[in-house]
Amino acid sequence: MLTYTLRRLLVAIPTLLLISLVIFLLVDLAPGSPASEIPLTVPPEVKAKMIEAMGINEPVHIRYLLWLKQFFWTEPLYAIDAAFGTNYADGAPRIISYSSKVPVMDYIGERLPQTLIVIGTAYVVAILIALPIGIYSAYRQYSWFDQVGTFVSMVGYSVPTFFTGLLAIIIFTTWLGWFPSIYNTSLEVVDWETFKQQVRQMFLPVAVLALFNAAELSRYTRSAMLENLSQDYARTARAKGLSERTVVLKHVLRNSMIPVITVITLGLPAVFAGAIVTEQVFKINGIGAALIGAIHVNDLPVVQTIAFITAILIVLFNLVADILYGILDPRIRYD
Amino acid sequence: MADGAAPVLDVKGLRTVFRTRGGEIHAVNDVSFHLNRGELLGVVGESGSGKSVTMMSLIGLLPSPPAEIRGGQVLLDGRDLLQLDDKGLQEVRGAKVGFVFQDPMTSLNPVFTLGDQLMEPLRKHMGLDKTAAANRAVELLELVGIPDARRRLKAYPHQFSGGMRQRVMIAIALACDPDVLIADEPTTALDVTIQAQILELVKELRQKLGMAIIWITHDLGVIAGIADRVMVMYGGQVVEQAPVRELFANPQHPYTRALLKTIPAISGPREDRLKVIQGQPPILAGAPTACPFRARCEHRHDRCDRENPARRAIDGQTVGQGHDVACHWSAPAPAPRAEAAHA
Ligand SMILES: Nc1ncnc2c1ncn2[C@@H]1O[C@H](COP(=O)(O)OP(=O)(O)O)[C@@H](O)[C@H]1O
Ligand code: SF4
Ligand SMILES: [Mg+2]
Repeated sequence: MLTYTLRRLLVAIPTLLLISLVIFLLVDLAPGSPASEIPLTVPPEVKAKMIEAMGINEPVHIRYLLWLKQFFWTEPLYAIDAAFGTNYADGAPRIISYSSKVPVMDYIGERLPQTLIVIGTAYVVAILIALPIGIYSAYRQYSWFDQVGTFVSMVGYSVPTFFTGLLAIIIFTTWLGWFPSIYNTSLEVVDWETFKQQVRQMFLPVAVLALFNAAELSRYTRSAMLENLSQDYARTARAKGLSERTVVLKHVLRNSMIPVITVITLGLPAVFAGAIVTEQVFKINGIGAALIGAIHVNDLPVVQTIAFITAILIVLFNLVADILYGILDPRIRYD
Repeated sequence: MADGAAPVLDVKGLRTVFRTRGGEIHAVNDVSFHLNRGELLGVVGESGSGKSVTMMSLIGLLPSPPAEIRGGQVLLDGRDLLQLDDKGLQEVRGAKVGFVFQDPMTSLNPVFTLGDQLMEPLRKHMGLDKTAAANRAVELLELVGIPDARRRLKAYPHQFSGGMRQRVMIAIALACDPDVLIADEPTTALDVTIQAQILELVKELRQKLGMAIIWITHDLGVIAGIADRVMVMYGGQVVEQAPVRELFANPQHPYTRALLKTIPAISGPREDRLKVIQGQPPILAGAPTACPFRARCEHRHDRCDRENPARRAIDGQTVGQGHDVACHWSAPAPAPRAEAAHA
């Protein structure tokens, strides 16, 4: 298992480098890129720092290396300094946002947690809802539970989140007034009262995202379970006298989890995309809002960084998926 | 019955129907048979004749829906298994009745160790703790001829060959010392040499453990060497039943006679063996009202189209005890024929 994990990890590194190169070049070669022209609206002191951090006048491969250095050396140092009060970074130049004039990482560091909390909660809720429903639907195929489940998830999956989101806002916020209409990004949870506030403002976006994802996930779970329920080994398990519970929740589920894990982990990029829409609908000032804002004002360093962070997350979850496969399936980890 | 003891398993009038979108399929029609203690009953019939469905019906292994058991009794030590609830059946499966399936490549769960799968019935039925179950599992693996057993407990199915996996399946089926072992074409999916090894193993285990065995095959050649008694199935019915020597010496049913003719081709390519009897077993949409074999029978006459033949004894004993056949035609007295030499 350890060698398997290490091997996966080693494969992830070149993947990440390749993606970083593509993202770098796409933005670097685009008109209005940091290399060709820094917009005139950018203040001179920002411009000077950018030239230092990114080596604007250097050839492209040096610029790429400097850019990587930012991610894997300079910024981690700043992060360590911030966490432990040390001074390893020693004022090394950083990439600055054109529009907000603070280091891009600091800017993103403020926005990303909001998004991660909402998406993360929504995804966990979706999994917690979808797995039991998918398992039970498959076990009782064509029962009324399964039929209702099929219908609801068809609807849930085919209606886009911006629609369900608006609907939810109209019903629960405008009419019933149960939830706040503005998402307060600066709310800090310090006590029970603020915790309740946080839960209330998260409720609708989480519910909308979770239902959408649960609809898809429950379908995949159901079909994976169905396929495995009719396998010979399930019959063997029954022939041994095991209870239905053990047959379904041990033997069949473990095998069915392999495709489900794929959908869960590799579906995350799509969830991110969906979350950007949801953030707009619920006015959450998260990474999606940051990205859209940055595109509007041509704040390329922010766009570039968000794109790369998304790529890192995707590669990371691919890695997680690979490791989970290895844990679930000995045929994969022993090859 | 020679010793007059009650049979360990007594099946009476079993009927199993599949309810499908296309209508009902009557896969098992009024099947009756018994199994004596320590006996090996061979069940023969080509693919689709209802052998597996019959055996899986006994211990409720068929998914319902679509399967539905319409009638009959399955008496195991006098207790009717068809009357048991789920829990009652679970206590019988794997404990009193062990099952070995046809395809060892798919019958084991690929994601659990062999030890885990072998220890499950031990822990469930015999209440053994982890260590005791592991020790017993090692014993069982040694019993079925798997060397280096303790280390193998941690192996996964994909690390084993087909023959080895079937040995493990046999170990699982025998784990709790069942009274009855049902082996559903356990060698069909294996190479010829491995087939022979598994046959030898079962013969040996039978000597050692003395359980009663139902051995399903579509290969009469295999049956000749191991069975005490043979039941021939066709179209979801028992068409002939006799002690093994008697069946080979004096086959009554046209289907049995045709099957026996195919045996000499056993060493030839597989297709040749199956081609000898033309046609295929019928799919029965309702309870049969005519002989299911009539489309392929060379002795077919009027009565065969009107009336499904009941089993009749040909040796004056009760049906099921001696030699019986379900056919309107009477076979001529046995002449010294080539296939008789097999018995
Ligand atoms: N799940 C099922 N659904 C519908 N029909 C089935 C199903 N399983 C078996 N059958 C029917 O039962 C008949 C007997 O099958 P089976 O007992 O598997 O034959 P055998 O084991 O003798 O080869 C088949 O011809 C098929 O028509
Ligand atoms: S009953 Fe008639 S058709 Fe059926 S096997 Fe006998 S002779 Fe042939
Ligand atoms: Mg079969």
